Amino acid sequence: MSEQDQQFVLFISSERCQGHSRCCSLAPELVASDDYGYAQVIGDGIVPADLLSKAKLAVANCPEFAIRLNRA
Amino acid sequence: MNDSKPVHDWSIDFDHLDPQWTSNPYAIWDALRPTCPVATSQRFEDGAYLPLSYNDIYAIAYDTEHFSSRRIIVREQKVPIVGVPPITSDPPEHTPARRILLPPFAPREVQKLEPLTRDVCVSLLEAVGDRNEFDAAVEYAQSVPVHIMCQIMGLDVADAETFRDWIYRTNVEGVRNTQANIIVRHEMNEYFLEQINQRRAHPGADLISYLLTVEIEGQPLTERHILGTLVLLIIAGIDTTWSSIGASIWHLATHPDDLRRLVAEPELLPTAVEEFLRAYAPVTMAREVVKETTLSGCPFKEGGQVLLSYPAANRDPAKFPDAEKVLIDRAHNPHAAFGLGRHRCLGSNLARMEMIVALEEWLKRYPSFQLQEGAVVTWSEGTVRGPRTVPVKVYRQQTC
Repeated sequence: MSEQDQQFVLFISSERCQGHSRCCSLAPELVASDDYGYAQVIGDGIVPADLLSKAKLAVANCPEFAIRLNRA
Repeated sequence: MNDSKPVHDWSIDFDHLDPQWTSNPYAIWDALRPTCPVATSQRFEDGAYLPLSYNDIYAIAYDTEHFSSRRIIVREQKVPIVGVPPITSDPPEHTPARRILLPPFAPREVQKLEPLTRDVCVSLLEAVGDRNEFDAAVEYAQSVPVHIMCQIMGLDVADAETFRDWIYRTNVEGVRNTQANIIVRHEMNEYFLEQINQRRAHPGADLISYLLTVEIEGQPLTERHILGTLVLLIIAGIDTTWSSIGASIWHLATHPDDLRRLVAEPELLPTAVEEFLRAYAPVTMAREVVKETTLSGCPFKEGGQVLLSYPAANRDPAKFPDAEKVLIDRAHNPHAAFGLGRHRCLGSNLARMEMIVALEEWLKRYPSFQLQEGAVVTWSEGTVRGPRTVPVKVYRQQTC
């Protein structure tokens, strides 16, 4: 199966997130910060194909390894 | 001033206040890395350690069992511990002390300060008038964060010079001079005690008033806690961002290709800002070893002071390919400029917003500028590294 056909889900570890907000800036369609500045996945976390590259950037730029992209 | 003897062997006698380090720390770290993962020094009370790899720095930031935050500046003499919570707090006290401060510095609150930040930047640039030569650090970079911190804390921006004086005496002079440290802390306490008393009588919408209303486990904060936090905010919130804005402008003043590209592709600015933060990370923290341990084969003895150099972590080629190069379009950049773990800089969202707005407004007004010919740029020493002067020559839009 090609990457295009595969569904991905974004997952944020609330244990690891320290509120750097990098993911919120890089993928605002997928992640938002709460009142304390911690990142929360918007909705069910399923990443539409056209946002996959943004989701990957969010993962690659987290200094705390708090965000993961899992196959659905 | 640093009157210590010059360093000859950086692996066993490092000194981060040595003029060699102040002028170019990167060369020192790069030379050490292949053979010395952790440099040491006896110049500081009970010995000091300097880990150089990203992995060791990451591990220390996460290891509160062996490394305490109660000392966050490596000093010649260990001064009596006086907390400035939450930066000097360890768990379990750290969690609630930090949690009360998170909402006022969360992205949605910081966003509300963007219009004011833009107004401040525009008026500072207008004050330059039609001069073609001026100092971008002194007349621009250093003034932006002072205005914003004063707004947040409800302080008078006319006291800016006093704040800068406190910062210098705490972060630079105080590293070698214990007495200076104690005196400046006393002055800060006195100033903020008066502010607290004013807010008790007339509460406002500012952060000092907020701290008088919040509770930890059903108890209001002690005056000592509030004073510590206010001292932390005034020391941490000004010359850090000033250094980052200054270093960014200095980079663009000395790298015309990057300047042209940012002017042509303004949407690249947030990515460039992250790279400036990585490459010129201003803040070096410290830890105290509270339980003996070993990292990269090197023993860390109890009582030792650890220079926790996030700037060095950001320059580790094992973590960042081409770490020595400043690539304004670096897409994968999980840098540690704001620290790692539970002490992630509380003001990181604010600092980032100030940097982006300050650079946007600067580039709108001065798309073409460079360092003045023959200009000597001096960098601050110690805990916060940034250019204290950035003498620029600007070219007016209509003439270029």
